[in-house]
Amino acid sequence: MRDFDYIRPATIPDAIAAAAEPGSAYLAGGTNLLDLMKGGITSPERIVDISRLPELNRIERLDYGGLRIGALVRNADLAHDSAFASTYPAVAEALLSGASAQLRNAATVGGNLLQRTRCSYFYDTASACNRREPGAGCDALGGENRLHAVLGWSDACIATHPSDFCVPLVALDAVVEIEGKKGRRHVTLEEFHRLPGETPQRENALEPGDLIVAVRLPAEAASFSANARYLKVRERTSYAFAVVSAAAALVVDGGKIRAARLALGGVAAKPWRARSAEAVLLGADANEASFASAADAALADASPSGDNAFKIELARRIVVRVLMSALSGTPERLPALPASPFSNIPGVRHDA
Amino acid sequence: MTLELSLNQQPAHARQGSSIGQPLTRRDGFLKVTGAARYAADNHPPGMLYAVLAVSSIARGRVAALDVEAAKAHHGVVEVMTPKNRPALAADPDAKDHPFMFRLDLLQNDQVRYPNQSIAVVIAETLEAATEGAALLSPRYESLPARVGLDGAESFVPRGVGIGSPAVHHKGDVEVGLKSAKTRIEATYETPAQYHNAMEPHAIVVAWDGDRLSIDTPSQGLAMAQGRIAGLFGIAPENIHIRSPFLGGGFGSKGMISGPQVLGILAARLVGRPVKLVLRREQMYGPVGHRAPTRQTLRMGMDGEGRLTAIDHHARTASSTFDDFFEPAADASHTLYASPAIATSHDAVRLDTGTPLFMRAPGEATGSIALESAIDEAAHACGMDPLEFRLRNYAEVEPMTGKPFSSKALRECYRQAAETFGWASRPLQPRLMRDADGFLTGWGMGTATFPAIMFQAEAHAVLRADGSGLMETGAQDMGQGAWTAFAQIAADGLGLDIDRVEFRAGSSDLPNAGIAGGSGHTATAGMAIHNAGAAVIARLADLATGNEASPLFGAGNEGVLARGGRLYRRDDESRGESYAEILTRAGLTEIEGHGKGAPDPASQETYAKHAHGAVFAEVKVDPDFGQIRVTRLVGAFAAGRVINPRLVRSQYYGGMIWGISFALHEEAITDRRSGRIQNANLAEYHVPVNADVPSVEALLVHEDDPYVNALGIKGVGEIGITGTAGAVANAVWHATGVRPRRFPIRIEDLLG
Repeated sequence: MRDFDYIRPATIPDAIAAAAEPGSAYLAGGTNLLDLMKGGITSPERIVDISRLPELNRIERLDYGGLRIGALVRNADLAHDSAFASTYPAVAEALLSGASAQLRNAATVGGNLLQRTRCSYFYDTASACNRREPGAGCDALGGENRLHAVLGWSDACIATHPSDFCVPLVALDAVVEIEGKKGRRHVTLEEFHRLPGETPQRENALEPGDLIVAVRLPAEAASFSANARYLKVRERTSYAFAVVSAAAALVVDGGKIRAARLALGGVAAKPWRARSAEAVLLGADANEASFASAADAALADASPSGDNAFKIELARRIVVRVLMSALSGTPERLPALPASPFSNIPGVRHDA
Repeated sequence: MTLELSLNQQPAHARQGSSIGQPLTRRDGFLKVTGAARYAADNHPPGMLYAVLAVSSIARGRVAALDVEAAKAHHGVVEVMTPKNRPALAADPDAKDHPFMFRLDLLQNDQVRYPNQSIAVVIAETLEAATEGAALLSPRYESLPARVGLDGAESFVPRGVGIGSPAVHHKGDVEVGLKSAKTRIEATYETPAQYHNAMEPHAIVVAWDGDRLSIDTPSQGLAMAQGRIAGLFGIAPENIHIRSPFLGGGFGSKGMISGPQVLGILAARLVGRPVKLVLRREQMYGPVGHRAPTRQTLRMGMDGEGRLTAIDHHARTASSTFDDFFEPAADASHTLYASPAIATSHDAVRLDTGTPLFMRAPGEATGSIALESAIDEAAHACGMDPLEFRLRNYAEVEPMTGKPFSSKALRECYRQAAETFGWASRPLQPRLMRDADGFLTGWGMGTATFPAIMFQAEAHAVLRADGSGLMETGAQDMGQGAWTAFAQIAADGLGLDIDRVEFRAGSSDLPNAGIAGGSGHTATAGMAIHNAGAAVIARLADLATGNEASPLFGAGNEGVLARGGRLYRRDDESRGESYAEILTRAGLTEIEGHGKGAPDPASQETYAKHAHGAVFAEVKVDPDFGQIRVTRLVGAFAAGRVINPRLVRSQYYGGMIWGISFALHEEAITDRRSGRIQNANLAEYHVPVNADVPSVEALLVHEDDPYVNALGIKGVGEIGITGTAGAVANAVWHATGVRPRRFPIRIEDLLG
């Protein structure tokens, strides 16, 4: 195999110093990186294994009502933390709808944000991909692209971000806590991921050496716990990426929407915060007509990047449904098939 | 080859046992769940090197350059095998002496004829070094445009389809039948390329010793593999020892030795050390076969009573540019529904893909989903319930040939499955059922069928003076439970309790058990075992009945019964003695017998032999999203005698789940420009997961068949896919009112 240096730093500063060298990559759960390395999609010269850094695996409640989730907290541990799941039910639901039980046991919070697209042309090193090799071109354009982006894409790249977890997070104004050479800084998740534009290889706000140390949820994120859902349409019941997904969170009072959050997954190179739809919802009557207007607003700028026009109409319908689900209230316990349209089928007790 | 026991003749010496029919758990189950079962790639002979394939990323053209020096310079790399230094073969890998000799890519030249074709082999001290060496070859190609898709090349009518069936068949005149019909339907259905995707990749561990070969590799046909390798290397078959005790699935892709496996042998030859070669998952999408795509058009005519007046079934399929395997999809219309006129035809295109191959229910699966969909459309056009329509067109004789069926309990399958499912309350019109949560609910059905095929097999039986027995046959357990079912047949064949029988299989130095394929392994090797048991019991009976000291003396004309390690007079069961007593008196440590299994030519000529079944499916469809879930499947199958109901049920479950997969999940997504498969991994090539299969029920319908073979076995390995895929598609129509015409059914097909 291709030789690389393997470094296991004892402290965060050591990790950052090691990873600031060109050709470095952090290793946490490895659920994406190792596959990328085996496939020759990425070939880091230096692996900085942060998986044993002690201070990154804690879930901390912050004084002002917020929550700080360490970057190394495992997806499964976070989803099954009952306090977390009851306060941020849409996030827990999204986590449990992702990947498989084995992957969720290994995958980390920080790694989830940094997972690469599942565009097959990105993985197929014989294909042109601007994301993998800037300037090479995009073979997804004009190729097999029925699952590709319908929002925010460019002629340079039509890939989507595959995360479920990030969708409710971006809706809830999550903030990424980054430690770098110049110290600690905070970037909203909405600004963290970039749209491709002319530089699809620049996927996020990280600079060399930057380490995601935590994801923060602001105090306000907890105010939606009674009316928050995640909905994911996919092509098998489990272990499949979203065709389109959506997270919705509402505060409803006297039939009026007092606060609304909406984000879409599987539609763009980043988790897609639908602010224009939120604007439509704010102060509106909490009913299907308002939700349909919001759906139109959310998809107003959508356009097919290939054989995927159906995703636009699908996304509209998902927006309406997820808002209806949020309005009808967070279920008392997480459904057996989290985020599935079929989560209500009685007698079904799968939670994978 | 003749049978020791002809089918309808009372055997001189009857054997009675209690093993056949018992739901024994797998005898290899403990080994497998504890990880102790040794699969091919678990073998590491001393001095073994690792071989890794470099494969083509283009579909068509030639390899212009390989950076062999860079690969060889990588630490740990021992050798790079290319067309320039590949050891000579005794036979041309492109020769085709018979239809089942498939052409292999063994680095015979620099041509590339499909993506993932082997273009070099890197051999190294470690897997990692070989892998990196393969990457360092950085091939440069001269490429030509790829021919992709069922319209990607000029079509032609192949000489034969499947296993030598004519491409065109007809009886009666379908145009006349269609003209006379009161109601007609015509519909076209598309099925995609699918890949076998056995859990265990093709793997081989090879050690040469002079001109002797020791091989560990998964094989569904040990003797065929042995013969093919012998021919390629110019050595005697008996110099080749292949061990294949367990297969992690085969589904047809391990029926013939594949190119990559032979390259492992060549690599070991080149370096003079043992070599292991294991395909990576994505490398299984090319050189080890696949199910070809099809486009099928069915036309049917029905009279005023809903009786078929004509079935016309045409299938377009594809093979590779360099070899022939044509998915016999339209032949599915030969056997199921009565019609005075039936026509089936095939045409094909040649594409830049690996050669397609048998894949679980080849032709039957693809043909069944189209035929069962069309039958559903025809029933609806006649305003009839789909079950009533099928019963109205029930074939009392095989429709295409007019032969009587050796047995056919399909009516009983329909009855039992429909009753268990609750079919009677189904509304005729679609999109009428909703559940409490508002999901569209639909019920559909399909008829399952698969021919009862037998090949040729041999077995060797031994009875020992300690009263124990041995049964040997080179049978192959690919997960279906052969280790257990054959041991059960052996126990009864020897008249012993199963604990007293040593059963050996999975090795090429045992008698040829034929191929584990065509759903015929249990019948074929089972009959060999049964007959070997008969032979050794006959020998034992001779020893007893001819000896004055035996209580069985003189019973020869009446015959004896063998049971529980003792022989009894058939006319007086109070008189008997143990095997041990007989052998000890005769001064023998052991006696042996041989048996063969083969189809009976006479009954072959007279009867149509098929297993049958009926499958009912319930689906729920989200009315807004088009996401589908199969919430219930009930199948009832009649396939002759059941050796082990637990294993048989598992086979049906597996087949039925594959039917869901066919209807809703499986598709090799091929780039329309490059011809490369874009989802060559198990994350993106979808097969059902547990959550997709909440409820599956398989009912075993009793069926006695005196004509298929003396044991009455038909075969259960493939039938479960047939019927099921169509049942799911028909249930989707019933739920939504949208008729699926391409598979797998996609969300966008149902969004409306």
